[in-house]
Amino acid sequence: MKGNIAVCEGAIAAGCTTYFGYPITPQNEIPAYMSKKMVELGRVFVQAESELAAINMVFGAAVSGSRAMTSSSSPGISLKQEGISYLAGAELPCVIVNVQRGGPGLGNISGSQADYFQATKGGGHGDYRLIVLAPYSVKEMYDLTFLAFDLADNYRIPVMILTDGIVGQMMEPVEINPEFRVQSSEIKKDWKLDGCKGREPRLMRSLIMEEGGLEKHNWHLKKKYDGIKKTEIRCEANFPDSAEITVVAFGIAARICKSAVKKLRQEGLKVGLMRPVTLWPFPEKAISDIAAKSKKILVAEMNMGQMVEDVKLAVNGKCPVEFLGAPGGAVFSEDEIIAKIKKL
Amino acid sequence: MYEKIIIAGSGGQGIMFLGNLLCNVAASLNKYTTFFPSYGAEIRGGTANCSVIIADDEIGSPVIAEPSILIVMNEQSYNRFLPKLKKGGLLFVNSSLVFSAPPDAVQIPATEIALQVGDVRAANMVMLGKFIKDTKVFPVAAVNDVIKKVLENKKNLLEVNLFAFMRGTKL
Repeated sequence: MKGNIAVCEGAIAAGCTTYFGYPITPQNEIPAYMSKKMVELGRVFVQAESELAAINMVFGAAVSGSRAMTSSSSPGISLKQEGISYLAGAELPCVIVNVQRGGPGLGNISGSQADYFQATKGGGHGDYRLIVLAPYSVKEMYDLTFLAFDLADNYRIPVMILTDGIVGQMMEPVEINPEFRVQSSEIKKDWKLDGCKGREPRLMRSLIMEEGGLEKHNWHLKKKYDGIKKTEIRCEANFPDSAEITVVAFGIAARICKSAVKKLRQEGLKVGLMRPVTLWPFPEKAISDIAAKSKKILVAEMNMGQMVEDVKLAVNGKCPVEFLGAPGGAVFSEDEIIAKIKKL
Repeated sequence: MYEKIIIAGSGGQGIMFLGNLLCNVAASLNKYTTFFPSYGAEIRGGTANCSVIIADDEIGSPVIAEPSILIVMNEQSYNRFLPKLKKGGLLFVNSSLVFSAPPDAVQIPATEIALQVGDVRAANMVMLGKFIKDTKVFPVAAVNDVIKKVLENKKNLLEVNLFAFMRGTKL
């Protein structure tokens, strides 16, 4: 199965009932597949007239209580930022998929990881966070998309799947966990706008003009985000207790690093890998713990150095942090990572 | 086993189909496998290539820097990918369209044979046959089964593809 198709299947299994998109490479398989599948299932597919329209359609679908998704790639995600900020402000659950390509600008159509800052620091205006999930295999494209819908509903928050053109385009066999069941029916959406006959009218908005109202709302959001930080951090550590050098990487970069680390372990080198699965909330504590035991940390990313800043904050001077980057749609090879680690 | 295979040729030569097929056979035999297509802003008749990895263990990068096996279907792809081939790697060329390959390459006039078989588009299957025969990566029967399964709904193509594949295995 192709990575992009796994996203669709994960969304469909999770009970996504509405999809709105606009084409851009390298994620075109998503709208193409959804245009067939969603219609077959009697669900909603709309190819919008623009990215802006698509994200605002997501707003409409989400506010009426449906499980909504949109997908795009880097330049298209930039266009959606205003809408994402509105969704975060109005606390509406939805899933946004970014199959990253090289930037800045129109860049190129190769896989890249250069949208880390945009995804994790709030790409739109205002104080807000998204839950950001970074799949590193086709299977995780399915699993994390499935999970994203539940997280979105549980916390009333937009969730972003931050992947890239390589994981999106690659194909590999996937075993689908038969235990996956739609949880949407269990999550009570007592805020949705579904007609107020027999109940008090509800008001959903991100415009809060009354005296002190927005400040209160922001403190409420802060409390929610702090709660998510406590419960939803996900990461995978390989050899955390016996590593002198730990590589920190996410998404496709982590996959390449994982096999480099494996090779080095076979040579007897004490190397480990830490892979954040949630980029926000970031696994600060896990990285801080590893830093206390490691001599050095290497951050490898397919950009000019973005997550490395969060790693440095988490390490907080406990050990030196080095960086290996590959910007502009370039990919590093296992051998490059091995050579870099050996030089440390 | 950890084979890194790049298949390259021109658009329309069934490059992606061949890569996909290998991947499907690997999956049917419970191997680890990845398929990564080139998807540059290519034009029709331009170059097409894909990377297939087949392994007994988990696969890291699906992108191949140094292939252990190179299958090239035309001169342009040959020139482009030959410098990447690992030292001691295996080279399969379609000698109907690649004229400058070294003598130690496995040379198959795949396009000519495909024409004899009845469909020029089956050159990829001839290459596959020879590739399977020489490398023994998969049993012939397993490939046969997957071709049948993949082309289940395209009966008119199935026969010629299977025939071309079997011809390749006998070269």
